Amino acid sequence: MITVIAIVTDGLVYAAWLFVVAIGLTLIFGVMKILNVAHGAFYAFGAYAAATAIGLYFDRGWPVVGGYLAIATAAIAIGLLMGYILERVFLRRVYGKDEVVVVLITYALFLILEDVLILIWGTDGRSAYQPYTEAGSFTVGGLPLSVYDIGLVGFAALLAIAASYTIKKTTFGRLLTAVIYDRETAAAFGVDVSRVYTVTFLVGAVLGALGGALTAPKISVTPGLGVEVIVLAFAVVAIGGMGSMEGALVGALIVGLFRAGAVHLIPQLELFSIYAVMALVLVFRPQGLFSRAQPRKI
Amino acid sequence: MTGLRILLGAAILGGLGAAAPFTPLWLISLVTLAMSTGLVVCGLIILWRGGLVPFGQALFFATGAYTVALSGRWFGVTDAFLLIALAVTMAALVAFVVGFLLAQYREIFFAMLSLALSMILYGVLVKSETLGSTDGINVAQASFFGMKPRGPGYTFALFWLALGMVFSAWLGVSAYLGSVAGQLAGAIRDNEIRVEYLGISVTRLVHLKLTISAALAGAGGALAALSISHVDPQMAYWTTSGGFVFVTILAGAASVPAAFLGALLFEIVRTIAVALLPGGWQLILGSVLLLTILFVPEGLGSLMIRKRATAPEKGAA
Repeated sequence: MITVIAIVTDGLVYAAWLFVVAIGLTLIFGVMKILNVAHGAFYAFGAYAAATAIGLYFDRGWPVVGGYLAIATAAIAIGLLMGYILERVFLRRVYGKDEVVVVLITYALFLILEDVLILIWGTDGRSAYQPYTEAGSFTVGGLPLSVYDIGLVGFAALLAIAASYTIKKTTFGRLLTAVIYDRETAAAFGVDVSRVYTVTFLVGAVLGALGGALTAPKISVTPGLGVEVIVLAFAVVAIGGMGSMEGALVGALIVGLFRAGAVHLIPQLELFSIYAVMALVLVFRPQGLFSRAQPRKI
Repeated sequence: MTGLRILLGAAILGGLGAAAPFTPLWLISLVTLAMSTGLVVCGLIILWRGGLVPFGQALFFATGAYTVALSGRWFGVTDAFLLIALAVTMAALVAFVVGFLLAQYREIFFAMLSLALSMILYGVLVKSETLGSTDGINVAQASFFGMKPRGPGYTFALFWLALGMVFSAWLGVSAYLGSVAGQLAGAIRDNEIRVEYLGISVTRLVHLKLTISAALAGAGGALAALSISHVDPQMAYWTTSGGFVFVTILAGAASVPAAFLGALLFEIVRTIAVALLPGGWQLILGSVLLLTILFVPEGLGSLMIRKRATAPEKGAA
């Protein structure tokens, strides 16, 4: 019984983290048709920026609550900065090109940014555990639960609701939906597609950085942490259906629970389980669980 | 391909082989490694022409490499030719099996699914003690028809073997690209449904292309394993696949020799980058890739072809 509870709680925490990372990726893909490998770099930069901010903040002994604000500010700032530069300088030139070519551009950017990260922050690991430990923990049925982890799940849930509300109820969300369904028709009706692209990319970048920033207190922040994340986020997005928000949520839950299950029951199969699930889903639903089938072009 | 070009190719490769004893050993090792990458890229070209970009070709590369390592360790096979034949067969077999699934997908889904499959292998390799886990396994020195060259002789022998593989791959792949099945690749890329209206099964064709490309990747993996004398799970990681795609972009899918030149350029850039900026080779690699895509989107090989195309007509090329 305790194993089941452990799997569910671990799975939920893991899924929450995956969701925050994957929703940015799927948003950018859905709107811009760009599979953004550089999302891993947003994540890594977010984690480093947060670690630095936490270090600076907690060294001064200021109240703990502000520390969480510092994390968010750092992530948003770095996400906006990187997103703006990448979109304006590089991606702008390749809109409308082959999807695969654009993937390679973002792959190149990812390679470059990985080293820029090392140039800025060095190769030594950083720890920024204070927000995690300060939040405290309690036990339920003999199982320790961290308040920070619960907060993470709560944040992911809020994010899901906010995303759903924005897309369904606000003007920008409706414009977004129009662009997702048919870019050209939307442009013909006067939607400023270029602006929608910029905003989408910035939001996606901030979400990626936030994902990293929220993880920073739980791990030792070391170079190369973006690589693993990007492949995992791809798996989540592919399972859910590329470009689908509900898909990202369901995909994150599936991957999170499967991984937690594997970790507790058969630890050798941890990585294997994630990709096996992905392959299995794709066998039956090539477009993922929540994606529309594309019409064939004759 | 004309007899003259084959002769020319054979002469160039023969010249390289003859020059080997007068070349520093590190350079020979570097070129051998570049040729193993070139073999994989040859396979990528076959898929690339059909509009398919595999982000998981490392699956077959690692299959080939591990086949060599494990055949040596478990069954005591040391003959280099036999090892390579085994590696090619295993990689092709894996591709044939996963091909039933993979050949149904196109574009980004093909890329993602092949990535997932390679990451499954990576996951298995990392966690499995019998397969060497994260440390990998050492590969015993191979023999060549009973001869066991050691020291510099071994490096030369591998280099000559690599030259032979490159020559066969060049002939084979060029022949395939010129055949009806190979020529259909462009048509598949442009419009698959029209190809099906011609009465051709695109799925089967893609399956075949995948198997051929996997055989080449297996050969490349085998050569790399013999040349490095070590295999590790990194060979199945997605960054390895990314490297192959990188070289394909750099070289372009236009011709087979371009693939090998691209692979050589890649190894040289990497070696220089590591030497000059130990912490910054990804930065240099990424910049080269970015500049190539932005300014020479058809690859460096296309520069040669474009030049030839604009030159005055001298009969059929």
